Amino acid sequence: MTGSAAPTVAGATRPWHEIMRDVLKQNQVRLATYVPDNVLRPLLDVLHADRDFTTFATTREEEAVGIVAGAWMGGMRGCVLMQTSGFATLANAIASLAVPFQIPVVMIVSERGTLGEFNWGQALTCRTMRPVLDSLAIEHHTISRLDEVEFITDRTIKQAVMTQAPAALILSPLLTGGKVLKK
Amino acid sequence: MSAIDTESRGRGNAKVMNRFDITKRLVAKLKREEAVVGGIGNTNFDLWAAERRPQNFYMLGSMGLAAPIALGVALAQPQRRVIALEGDGSIMMQLGCLATIAHLKPRNLAIVIMDNAAYQITGSQPTATAHGADIVAIARGSGLDKSLWADDEAHFERLVDRCLAEDGPWLIATRIDAQPAVAQTERDPAKIRDRFMRGLGTRE
Ligand SMILES: Cc1ncc(C[n+]2csc(CCOP(=O)(O)OP(=O)(O)O)c2C)c(N)n1
Repeated sequence: MTGSAAPTVAGATRPWHEIMRDVLKQNQVRLATYVPDNVLRPLLDVLHADRDFTTFATTREEEAVGIVAGAWMGGMRGCVLMQTSGFATLANAIASLAVPFQIPVVMIVSERGTLGEFNWGQALTCRTMRPVLDSLAIEHHTISRLDEVEFITDRTIKQAVMTQAPAALILSPLLTGGKVLKK
Repeated sequence: MSAIDTESRGRGNAKVMNRFDITKRLVAKLKREEAVVGGIGNTNFDLWAAERRPQNFYMLGSMGLAAPIALGVALAQPQRRVIALEGDGSIMMQLGCLATIAHLKPRNLAIVIMDNAAYQITGSQPTATAHGADIVAIARGSGLDKSLWADDEAHFERLVDRCLAEDGPWLIATRIDAQPAVAQTERDPAKIRDRFMRGLGTRE
């Protein structure tokens, strides 16, 4: 369900969410804010369980962007986790805060709306995501294989920090298994 | 009933003050490089006019995000006091952040609300507070126990002293008049952010 196995730093095979947590940690990300998504659950669980991270839910995704932006200016690195529909609420916060103020807000988006979506609203919302990111020239990568998680996550965070620009990591159902309608 | 509950006369009896005047009174009390995050439009314009401190952040277009940005700063720097200045229309747009702050209980965070019962900068259309919404009641209902209306300028100053000395999170609401802001912030986001980070010691 979670893609093919890949060797990791330790040489053992681990699921995507553990790799992602470790890469976030190695890059000094200490704050994880989110509005939950079912597919993100394993990642949210390991972040909550890890005392190196301050992890909490916000009431809206733009609130989370504000918090992570403030934390960055105060010297603490953070990320915002959300699903596709949450990203769709963010154009104003990204275009008025993260981009012009040059703040590296790292967004981790679980991709709904494709590869077997059952909810038409999610499918349409999904189609707005990459055009919005492209229109603001925001670096984004879609992770679809387990062996890509470490490299893409690590390099994307590093580039965001070095170029002082927000960035998005889109987690494809090919990686996570996505969400399917239970009969 | 705690002392806090009896300390304020409530919105109906709060004196209508002036935003620039109370912003100056607030800023005059900041002696320990406290961070101040101004909200969209007037709150950050009057903050800019009050004093161009490097620890001021002037948010430009993200209506409702002053308190979340201040919360982020407060989490990153628990030793520094952080104050958000926000309009009533703006906080009404992002009320959920009050519950988030109540959950996290940052001891070093205070929110000051400038309630003119209007979206002043877009033409003074009435906000929800013009129709009876009480931001202190909402904040308390969200779990922010230390939420109070400032009765007048002297009371406001006493509350600010407490915010700077005692554990928060705090919310001080003020009723303000319809005077426009006295100046306009320089609109250079990268410069604002860089200066703020130097002011916070996160940039050299
Ligand atoms: C998301 C969003 N919606 C609408 C606006 C337009 N807008 C800018 S300032 C403002 C009013 C702010 O009202 P308030 O916070 O009460 O401050 P005041 O103008 O009264 O000082 C509005 C509606 C905006 N900038 N962003």
